[in-house]
This record gives sequence, structure tokens and C-alpha cells, in this order.
Amino acid sequence: MEFVSPEGLRLDGRRPTEMRQIRAELGAVAKADGSAVFEMGNTKVVAAVYGPREVQNRSQQLSDQALVRCEYSMANFSTGDRMRKPKGDRRSTEISLVIRQTMEACIMTHLMPRSQIDIFVQVLQADGGTRSACINAASLALADAGIPMRDLVTSCSSGYLNSTPLLDLNYVEDSAGGPDVTVGILPKLDRVTLLQRIS
Amino acid sequence: MRGTQLPLNQTQKVRLQRALQQLESLSSKINSNASVTVADSIPVNYEDGVLKYTSRLLGHGTSELNGEIVATVCGIVERVNKLVYVRALRARYKPEVGDIIVGRVVEVAPKRWRIEINYSQNAVLMLSSMNLPDGIQRRRTAVDELNMRSIFEESDVICAEVRGFQHDGLHLQARSQKYGKLKRGQLLTVPPYLVKRRKQHFHYLEQYGIDVILGCNGFIWVGEHVEATDDMVEEQVSKSEQQTMNSDGILTDMEEQEQVSTPLEIRQYVCRAANAVRVLATLGFIVTIEVIVEIVNLSSSMNLDIHEMLGSEFCVLVTEKEVERRTLTKKKG
Repeated sequence: MEFVSPEGLRLDGRRPTEMRQIRAELGAVAKADGSAVFEMGNTKVVAAVYGPREVQNRSQQLSDQALVRCEYSMANFSTGDRMRKPKGDRRSTEISLVIRQTMEACIMTHLMPRSQIDIFVQVLQADGGTRSACINAASLALADAGIPMRDLVTSCSSGYLNSTPLLDLNYVEDSAGGPDVTVGILPKLDRVTLLQRIS
Repeated sequence: MRGTQLPLNQTQKVRLQRALQQLESLSSKINSNASVTVADSIPVNYEDGVLKYTSRLLGHGTSELNGEIVATVCGIVERVNKLVYVRALRARYKPEVGDIIVGRVVEVAPKRWRIEINYSQNAVLMLSSMNLPDGIQRRRTAVDELNMRSIFEESDVICAEVRGFQHDGLHLQARSQKYGKLKRGQLLTVPPYLVKRRKQHFHYLEQYGIDVILGCNGFIWVGEHVEATDDMVEEQVSKSEQQTMNSDGILTDMEEQEQVSTPLEIRQYVCRAANAVRVLATLGFIVTIEVIVEIVNLSSSMNLDIHEMLGSEFCVLVTEKEVERRTLTKKKG
């Protein structure tokens, strides 16, 4: 299948190194301490942050830093055919872990000892790049919650199809089978915090 | 004003927009260029380059990066002499010693209660740092410890004062008659930045017969007025009363009933004041006692039902009143 036309345009009309349109909105969840909706093209993700609050499970309490937890789930209606099990499968667990590690690296956890920060991210519309959209949304939600952070993490995916490097893959490009990589960076510190290659 | 989703019709929308614009134009412009987001560098004067960076004190919400001061939260930059800090726009409550707070008991533990106060940890109220119901100063015995549930139980709402940080967390104290269990009223939670620290946090609105406690942690109590009396005196009085009334037992029962139930009128005022706080919280205005009284008066003078106070029309009206009020105070000042 041809993913880049001879004119150098992709299936959705973008140039190879062009991102989809992004949109962010803060304060979507009223009861949360911080929340954000993040859209990358047709991918739409909502993130809610609760905390820093008292640790629910005493045995997990850390006396010198905050405990960061993350839960990733996909809404039943987020994909083309309805999902049976929106969370708890291998993929969700893995993405939860990735988001948790990425966020933990940028939150200044030592300032909030003996507390816990919960991050909940849910995919409302999945069109490729959910991983990076979730990280961006979680980052914004944490900033909205007033949690001290070293930097805002920004993330995007890229792939390689038809001997062309492509930025910000959508679902069709993502499932084409080419190699792709998700990168998360801290722009101020000029560091890479996440680099995941999935082929 | 963040995240307000009121079902407005066209005219209400226009009115609200205009009022908000006016509010914006009235607000002071001193600090308007000092807002930062996460990872913004904060410009600092280095006093002819002699003053080394290290001599500048780093405050909350800042960190050092390659000799630069970088914000770690979104907020407003504040400077006090050499101290630079960022006041976060939205964050959980940060306790300060002496704050009056309202909280909810979540756990009865050995010699202490654990209290939810919207902070990153639960606060601790020791049995030894509160007045006993009999009002006598003495050592707390094992019997007192066993009777702790007779003072506060789980899910009780209480009012206390921040005592300070100890090695095991934040400690509270309740060494006065005005502190203690709150009954017959409503607890409202608003964002903590809407409550400013003031001289008075306990308010008795005599005209309505209600108490309003503006907890610094954003928990607001609105309830029936309780006379803060010395328990010892009260006990003596009630004892003598009991003796006199034992002759006709029916009267005691009736009297007790009257004591327990709150009159309808006071209940209505409690609800009105609570709704006033809710309106202020949805609009994002600072919650002060003067404004609450003003809104309650406004609603009763307009003959509005209690539930109508939460409608969009009343919200728009409150916004317009706020504009009026701020214009007046600005003219005065």
C-alpha cells in the first residue's frame, strides 16, 4: 500500500514531517485536582490528576517522596469496533507503567513526602499515537493540579514507511507494520525521558 | 471562572461576558506580567553581577538550572527582598501555623484522630491537644482513650487550628470552646485559594441565627448557631434544670425535642448561605462573609426560592453585583 503519494503527501494530506492539529483544554473534570483534554487530530485523551493526597495503602507509603500511580484505559467506544475489555490487559498495563515512569521522572516527588499522586488517563478516541497523547495530557493535568515539576514532558511518535520518515502516525499508518518510535522529551532540560521502539 | 459551565441564554451570555470584562479591567495590573508556567525561567537582577546566584534565596515553586531560576509550577512570581517564589494558581491547601480549618475525621487511632483537610497528608489531632468535654485540665488516662469515640467518630466534621509540623506529620489542636464537633449544618468544599486568611474565620450572622466558618483549607461550614459556652457552667445549669423538671417527665421530653430540632426558618437560611457559597465558588470569586451576607440578602429581597439561587440568572446577577462592589471599593481606595 502506498502511504506517501508521489507528490509527497500522506493519506490524510499531511507532509511527512507535519504533525496533526493539536488542541488542549484544562479543567475538564470538575472534582479532580487537575485535569486536561488533549487532542492530536482524531486522537482524543482525557487525563485527571488527584493528589497529592494521603496514601491509600499504608505499606506503599514512602517516607521521603511521593508515590505516583497511573491508570490507563481505553473507552469502549474509542476504537472502530467496540472494545470488550477497556483496561487491565497487557497493553494497558504496559502503557500505564510507561506513563507512570515518565511522569515520575519530571515530578519533584521529594517535595511531597508520604503522599500519593494518582493519574488517570482515558482514551476517548483512538487514532494512533495514544501513548504520546496520554503523556502530553497527563503532563498538562499535573501542571493544572499545581504539582511542582522539573519540566513539561512533550511526546510524539514517528515511523518509517515507503522509505520515508513520517511524524505523528495515525491509526492506518500505525497498523501498517513499519517500525515506529515514541519519544518523550523535556525541552527545558534538553533531555530524552522516553524512547520506545515498537516494530 | 475556570471550568464554569452554566446553561446561559444569549442575553445572559452577553451580560456575563461584559461583567467579566469589567472585572478584568478593574483588577490590578501590577503583577500581570509576572505569570509563569512550568519550566519558564524567571529573570533576576544580579545587582551589578556582584551578588552570586547562591546568595539569592530560592522559594517555593522554583528550582535552579544552569545558574537560572526556573519555575516548577504555574503561577505568579512574587519577590520579597532576596526571596523569589512562585505562588501557584491552583494547588491543594498548604497549611500554616495558626490557620483555622474545618476537616473530616477519617480514622480514630491510638490517642489521636486522623483528619482529612485537603492537604497532601491527613492531619493528626492528638487527644492530649484538645479540651476534654468535662473541661478539666488533667492527664489523659486510658479511660479517656477508650472513650475517644464519644468525642469524635469517623466521618464527623470538626473545626480546629493548625498547631505545626512534627516528625509524624501535621498536627492540629482544639484547645478552646469554639473548636470541636460541628453539627446541624452543611459542609461545602471550595478551592482553597478562594478563602483568604483574615482575622476572623468564625462568623455568627445574628440576623439569620447561623454560624459560618470559613476554613483556610477551603472547607466551609454553614450551620445553626451554637452558643459557645463553658461546659462546666452548662452542666451545672442542666443538672439543676433536670432536678426541677423531674417532677413532670413529659415536659423534659418536649423540651429535649425542641433542643434537637432546628427551626425551619434557620434551615432555610443555612441553605441560602450554603448556596451563596456555591455560587461564589462556581464563579471563582473570593469567599468572604460580607459577600455571603450580600448574596443572601439579595436572594431574599428578590423573593427567590433557595434552589433558584443556583440558576444561571442569579449567577449572572451576582457577577454584576461583584462588578459594582469592586468599582465602589476602587473609587474609595
